[in-house]
Amino acid sequence: MGKAHKLVQWDPHNVKEKLLEKYPPKVARKRAKQIMINEAQENTTPEIVANVRTIPGIITMRGCTYAGCKGVIMGPTSDIVNLVHGPIGCSFYAWLTRRNQTDGINDSDSNYLSYCMSTDMQDSDIIFGGEKKLEAAIQEAYDLFHPKAIAVFATCPVGLIGDDIHAVAKKMKEKFGDCNVFAFSCEGYKGVSQSAGHHIANNQVFTHIVGSSETEKNEKYKINLLGEYNIGGDGFEIDRILEKCGITNISTFSGNATYDKFASANQADLSCVMCHRSINYVADMLETKYGIPWIKINFIGAEATAKSLRKIAKYFDDQELIDRVEEVIAEEMPAVKAAIEDVYPRTKGKTAMLFVGGSRAHHYQELFNEMGMKTLSAGYEFGHRDDYEGRHVIPDLKVDADSRNIEEIHVEPDPELYRPRKTDEEIAALEAAGVDFKEYEGLNPMMEEGTIVIDDLNQYEAEKLVELMKPDLFCAGIKEKYSIQKLGVPMKQLHSYDSGGPYAGFQGAINFYQEIDRLVNSKVWSFMKAPWQENPELSATYVWE
Amino acid sequence: MLLRHTPKEISERKALMINPAKTCQPIGAMYAALGIKDCLPHSHGSQGCCAYHRSTLTRHYKEPISAATSSFTEGASVFGGQANLVQAIDNIFTVYEPKVVAVHTTCLSETIGDDLPQIFDKAKKDKKVPEGKTVLGAPTPSYVGSHVTGFSNMVKAMAAMAEQGEQKNGKINLIPGWVEPADMEEIKRLAGLVGAKINMFPDTSGVLDGPLTGKYKMFPDGGTSIEDIKASGGGIGTLALGEWCSADAARLLDTTCKVPCSVIDMPFGLKATDRFIDALRTIAGTSVPDEIAIERGKLVDMVSDMHQYLYGKKVALVGDPDQLIAMTEFLVSIDMSPVHIVTGTPGKKFEKRIKEITADMGREVNVKAAGDMFLLHQWIKNEPVDLIIGNTYCKYIARDEDLPFVRWGFPILDRQGHQHFPTVGYKGGLRLLEQILGVLLDRKDRDDPEEKFELVL
Repeated sequence: MGKAHKLVQWDPHNVKEKLLEKYPPKVARKRAKQIMINEAQENTTPEIVANVRTIPGIITMRGCTYAGCKGVIMGPTSDIVNLVHGPIGCSFYAWLTRRNQTDGINDSDSNYLSYCMSTDMQDSDIIFGGEKKLEAAIQEAYDLFHPKAIAVFATCPVGLIGDDIHAVAKKMKEKFGDCNVFAFSCEGYKGVSQSAGHHIANNQVFTHIVGSSETEKNEKYKINLLGEYNIGGDGFEIDRILEKCGITNISTFSGNATYDKFASANQADLSCVMCHRSINYVADMLETKYGIPWIKINFIGAEATAKSLRKIAKYFDDQELIDRVEEVIAEEMPAVKAAIEDVYPRTKGKTAMLFVGGSRAHHYQELFNEMGMKTLSAGYEFGHRDDYEGRHVIPDLKVDADSRNIEEIHVEPDPELYRPRKTDEEIAALEAAGVDFKEYEGLNPMMEEGTIVIDDLNQYEAEKLVELMKPDLFCAGIKEKYSIQKLGVPMKQLHSYDSGGPYAGFQGAINFYQEIDRLVNSKVWSFMKAPWQENPELSATYVWE
Repeated sequence: MLLRHTPKEISERKALMINPAKTCQPIGAMYAALGIKDCLPHSHGSQGCCAYHRSTLTRHYKEPISAATSSFTEGASVFGGQANLVQAIDNIFTVYEPKVVAVHTTCLSETIGDDLPQIFDKAKKDKKVPEGKTVLGAPTPSYVGSHVTGFSNMVKAMAAMAEQGEQKNGKINLIPGWVEPADMEEIKRLAGLVGAKINMFPDTSGVLDGPLTGKYKMFPDGGTSIEDIKASGGGIGTLALGEWCSADAARLLDTTCKVPCSVIDMPFGLKATDRFIDALRTIAGTSVPDEIAIERGKLVDMVSDMHQYLYGKKVALVGDPDQLIAMTEFLVSIDMSPVHIVTGTPGKKFEKRIKEITADMGREVNVKAAGDMFLLHQWIKNEPVDLIIGNTYCKYIARDEDLPFVRWGFPILDRQGHQHFPTVGYKGGLRLLEQILGVLLDRKDRDDPEEKFELVL
């Protein structure tokens, strides 16, 4: 594909029908509710069904709760020993496969990212219980590494055989005295996707680490960055910009995270939420327990980055910071504009589809817009309704059997550490001035009318969509990459970035423009057919020179 | 240093595995099932298992890996996965239309005791398996053995499909073991040259090394058809490559269909390939053509030409038992010195074989089954080597210890070629030598002082 002229005559209702026509009736009924045509309705926005079970046998893009907990949230924590309690596979597959980067690169730093640790449960452990082996493994890890903390992760069989990992963790923590040990009940069968695992991970980080630092942070403008995972160095680029503005990032959850950064998170004066899906509840808890307000920000896209920086500056309400932020934006933007000008003639009018994550399918549309590209269809792998429709639907969300078994922790203002950062009046004044607290509008409002929003897209629908709508670019993850590319359509991984990045911030935006320009204009897509396949009929004899 | 916390001093570990040299059974079952024509592998467990296996295989092959999952929830884990699997079978045959669904279990479904044959019966009774379609299953509990065991179990499940023929079909069943698509292709080529009629399963060539044409086929043209697998019961004999990967299936065919079997080493390197070719021509009753003798001679020629750079070089190896046994023998045969050898797969027989193969080296070697790469690294710290051979994870050790490194095994996540260029057979031996010499001589060129720097090597 990637050809310049293309007439696509499609009606979104038609496309939806096509996606559903092959399914057994029950599957079709269920999927119909997860495929939404973005169109204005009287006084209301269309509703989408999300965060529901994947249908058995339908080739999903989703992973499991363990993947969300160990892989996504705890994976980037460099100085915590992550010990997986279970048969070997779960630990093996999460070994260095997410591109978590750390700046703990000096030999004096503790960095366990390149280690994979497991209790490697055997059948005897399944039959007789694995608690003793877990205890011994924690002891061996402690003796070998003397880490600040050991995190224990449960895999499917652990929950089934009833190993009490929390009791073992507590016992070992008390025994060591100088090493925090805590556990995550993140068995793969819980919940319906990775999302449940994010929740389980964040709850435990909040319970066992946040607020435990005794080092006082005295910087002037202190924030937390929630829901940023430093894939491909995104977090490094964001930190570069924040630093340049004079803003201190106390703790990122959880890109380039360390134990001490988490522990100091209660000392920030503002929480900035990147990925709403994976962490909005932590922002709420930080506010309730410590008095830290939160805003939604987005550092994907140069304009979005500038907007987010201005929002942060406005919150601190200090002219010095407001001016500094404007200076930084003015310094960074010329290179961004030059990069756009370079690629724009080649990317303008191209079309994309994005099916990834719980926020990336939304955020990356910023970058495509900046390049003049149109998003035809998008959706999340593990989003919830509020990520599509906005936070106003949260009170209406149904609690079902799958969400009920994910622990909700109830927090109260901390008797010592609670300190409201702004008075009610100040908050009201800031809101009047355009700083939206606790607000997220979701993906749908960003999408044009007539586009198709699809939750939990699967292999079959992806192939159909590409066949029917012929986008110039498809974005998803590694499992989807090569089936899409076999169709002759370039595919960009927005989980791992195909070993590229960073794509966040200003420099990241430039990287992304260049990367997409490379992808959609690569010569390779014109080589699908050999000359004799293009012209199979012999029309003349060969002329020798 | 990326593995800066690995101490030189070795302490005994009884419970903690660090940097494993194995993964779990189901991924092996999935890889084997991809070698059946028109087959969709299915993972009976949480959807994360399937996602992880597909991701790992995709990263290794840079090819689409289609497989479905029962997507267990907590409810299914409590009440059993029958409803999920029956529904999955229905959806798979309706939506993706494979001819075969090859189900493997997981630690989850094994722990709760789901019984695949009983669930298949239920699916058939409920008319969810269309006429002419096949469902087969292999138990692959993740808490037993390794990915190699899972591969073996799925191949055994294939052998269990065999039907005893009225008369022999004149073919040799060839079970190649867990080798790359290119290796399977090469095995077929060699058998063709010898004039042996073979029925090989599984066969991932033409499945996981596909071309880019603008068309996507969920079920590519390659793979062994279910008819051929069933016909293995009428084979004149079974040649199984690798005790760990292939022997169980071969022995099952012997027991159930009276097809005699012979289990030999995987044909990596000179001597193992010699035995493979010799076995093939003996069973087939043919003579080996000159073409093969010439290929063999070229390998011997390169060994003699470059012997000075190989002689006495110490090698650390990590991988799977069948592959390591053949590779160790190859290295010993070219006068290299494999000194540290680890597999994550359990089996004391492995240690015994390695000790036999290295017995004449004049020194003890470190060998461990059910070991891990943390231990291998510690051995290297205690006795440095000149070369490390193993999967991509070795690059962390290679970088920290500044070692020449040849990628060989599973998974290879950062280089290309393994799916297209065989390492079995004599030509494969040439490729292995080319790779080994390449990294050793690059190192020499890097390290030689200017006055010793040589044009001709």
